[in-house]
Parts: sequence; structure tokens; C-alpha cells
Amino acid sequence: MNELTRIPLAAVPDPSPVVRLRGFSRVFGDTRVLDDLDLEIAPGEFVALLGRSGSGKTTLLRTLAGLDPSVGQDLRLPGTRATVFQDARLLPWKRVWQNVVLGLGKRTRRDLAASALEEVGLGHRWDAWPLTLSGGEAQRASLARALIRKPELLLLDEPFAALDALTRIRMHALVLSLWQQHRPAVLLVTHDVEEAMALADRILVLDRGRIAAEERIGAPRGSRGSVIRSLRASLLGHLGLQTESGVYADLIGRKP
Amino acid sequence: MTTKRDVLQARWLSPVALLLLWELASRTGVIPDHILAAPSSVVRSLFGMTASGELPLNLAVSLRRAALGFAIGSSLGVVLALAAGLLRRGDALIDPIIQIKRTLPVVALTPLFIIWFGIGETTKIALIAFASMLPVYINLHQGIRGIDIRLVDAARSFGLGRAALIGNVILPGALPSLLTGLRYSLSISVLMLVIAEQVNASAGLGFMIQNARDAMRTDIIVVCLMVYALLGLAGDSLIRAIESKALAWRPTLVEA
Repeated sequence: MNELTRIPLAAVPDPSPVVRLRGFSRVFGDTRVLDDLDLEIAPGEFVALLGRSGSGKTTLLRTLAGLDPSVGQDLRLPGTRATVFQDARLLPWKRVWQNVVLGLGKRTRRDLAASALEEVGLGHRWDAWPLTLSGGEAQRASLARALIRKPELLLLDEPFAALDALTRIRMHALVLSLWQQHRPAVLLVTHDVEEAMALADRILVLDRGRIAAEERIGAPRGSRGSVIRSLRASLLGHLGLQTESGVYADLIGRKP
Repeated sequence: MTTKRDVLQARWLSPVALLLLWELASRTGVIPDHILAAPSSVVRSLFGMTASGELPLNLAVSLRRAALGFAIGSSLGVVLALAAGLLRRGDALIDPIIQIKRTLPVVALTPLFIIWFGIGETTKIALIAFASMLPVYINLHQGIRGIDIRLVDAARSFGLGRAALIGNVILPGALPSLLTGLRYSLSISVLMLVIAEQVNASAGLGFMIQNARDAMRTDIIVVCLMVYALLGLAGDSLIRAIESKALAWRPTLVEA
């Protein structure tokens, strides 16, 4: 195919992954949305999942979030999971702090929510109504709601796609620092190759319901400049865009 | 400073002008008393009837009818809408019947109700209850059906069970629709009150109107019409007050 190394999933050297799917399939009518899919995520690992529209990303995420039935399939999920959705999905009739502690029982008090909101930089809006928040603020609240559950698996469903570029950069930094502090396993579903390369330890490309490619990034975050070009070229290749230089401007400006 | 232009644009101007014109027409004999009493004599009758206790007594009778009918009808509407909205089997059982009932003008049922319940209070209250049930049912049912499925998914992904889901997501989400339904039901209650009181009443506003008609006392009729209008207005502002409290999270009210 090309120079990238394809690591067979069965060889992931972790003995007890937090997520394990073996031969997982999901069929709607005639379409196999997920087709004999294998996936393992190690504890504390940051995995990004790329894929075109219709590749099965959403279905995979819903499965991992426990929203779709998975009876009779080989599937292991951790007990504590939390999801951050692209559209925040705060309940508009509950104040921000009530959203953060949603479903945690009556014993969970306001100060706990307040400290979680403090951690995502939203302490001052703890008592606001969700509809008064900006997009970035809503996503911070949504992050606080996820992290207060101390999840073993944090699912991020294109959480930054609807934010403006500057807010997105700030949110990337926030997510990284939260991940480094709490160390949940993360599955970040995204369209954005740059985002995936900046944040993840491992990048998966989903295509027609299967993992079509996998890239591990050895270089630490903050010094990935040297590997990013070839990585981008190969990831874009798997997504169906051919580019030799791996530079965005060249990709768009290329003469046919 | 109130300028001439402000006065001309004020919304009270045209009603007040109409009232003055009416008074003038009555005093000059253009409108005779047996056609329509002058505003001044209407006010005089209002005070007289209030002082004699005639109006408060009959108003209390009418209020009781409307309130009982509304309470029974709207509770029934809420219970049926919850059963149909939250249970699949409930929907299959209840909704078709309600949709059939919807095509039936309740006023047309008056003869049947009289045969069943006689010409006493029961028929009047039953008519009001039967008519005021429908708006509550239809609006609440639609409100429950129209809950944003993404919010339901989010709540489920955080492990909310069925009861918590109903309490935290579905009912608060359907509340605006319920209040709309209640507002319609209230105005229908007053409407049905007017109709029901035409049925051999021995007390109440409708009874007063009939007596006044026989005596050609248009002033008393106008007083009773005013009271009917005030009843509707009072009901509406009651629901509005509840709305602004219970729906404080909505952006229009938040910004106000």
C-alpha cells in the first residue's frame, strides 16, 4: 500500500484493554454499518477515529456509549463512561451545575459541580441557564459533566467541530491537560486530521464499517513537527485524498 | 413629557374613544336603552349588583362550575396524554379514540348529556370537563412526542434510567406544551360555561343574563359579558404567571 506500518490489532500488547470489540457488526436493513470490526483501547490511551461521513463513526460511538443494543456480540466496555457531544446537549431547563451532576443522585452537591466547572474554566457560570452560554462555554460545561463521573472511557464526538478556530485551539489545550490529569482512555471521533494528529497517541481510520488503517504517533505532543507531513499525507490517502507533499495548500491548489 | 403624537399613538386611545362615542349616542337617544345600555348605566348596575350581593353570589356559582369542569377535564387530559405519550401500548389504545372525539363538536353533545345527567350541575360540569380535556391532551401529547431525541440520548449515555429520564428530560421538555394546552383549555372552559349556563340554570352568570333578557335589561347583560371576559383574562394571566416562573430558562425570558 505505502510506507505506513499497519499494526494488526490483535497484537496490541495490553493485557486488559478498557474497550474490546471482536468481530463486531451492526446491520441496518441491507447496510452493514459496522462490519466485523475489531477494536481495543488501552487504559489511559488517547485514540482518534477518523472517517468519512457514513463510514460508521457515529454508530461505533453510540455502541461504545451504550446507546445501541449489542446483545450477543463480543464486546467489553468499562463501567464508567462519559460522552461529550458535538452539540453539548445540556438540558436547557436545568442550570449549568445541575446539568453537570445530572443523574449522579441527590447526594452529589453543588460544590462538587462548582469545582468541576472551575477545572474547565467555567466556575463563574455555574448558576447560568445553558441557553445563555456561548458555544465554547457549553462545551466546557459538557466536559465538566463528563469528567465529574471519573470515566474510564471518555468519548468525544466531534466536540470541537462547531467552534470557531481560536476557541477550538483553546479547547484542544484544555482537553489535553484534563486528559493528562485524569488519564481516562479517550476515543475522539473527528473529521479533522490536524486535530487527530495533535491530540492522539493512535489514529484509526474507519472505512465502510472496518478499521481501514491505523497510525501510532511515537513523537511526544509539542514536537511532532517532523512527522506531521508524512502522517497527514498517509491519513488523507486513507480518507481518499491523494497528496504527495502533505501540505494543505498544495493539496487544494494541485493541478489535475 | 407627553406630546400630542404620543397620545395619538397610544393603544388605549381607540377603545376610550369608542366608549365615549357609545355614551354620547346613548345620551342623545341614538341608541335606546333596550338596545344597548349606556356605559355609565352599566357601571351603575355593576356597583348596584355587587353591593346587593347578587353578582358575587352568581359569580361564585359560575366560577365553581368552570373551575370544577376545568380541573376534571385538564387532569384527565394530562393523565391520558402521559399514558399515550410514555407508553407505546397506551398510545395505541388512547390516541385513536381521542382523535375521533376531536372531530366531534362538544356543544352537539349537550342533548345527550342532558338525557344522561339531567339538567342540574352535573351536565354543566361534564360539558366543561369534556371540552377542556382535549387541548391539554393534544398539546401535552405532542410535547412529549416532540422531545429532542438527542437530549434523551445524552441523558441515557449518562446512565439515567427510565424514571429519571421522564423526570429530568421528558416532563420538563414537555412543560411548555402543557402550559399552552392549559391556556387553550381555560378559554374553552369559559366558552363552555356560557353555553352550559343556557341550559335551565337557576343561578350563575348565564341565569342572570336570561333573566335580564326577559326584562330587556341590557345593562345587566353587558355587566355579565364583562365578567365573562374578565374570567377569561384572569385565567390567561394566571397561566402566564406560571409560565414566566416555570419557563425561566427560555432565552426570551432570560434576556428580559
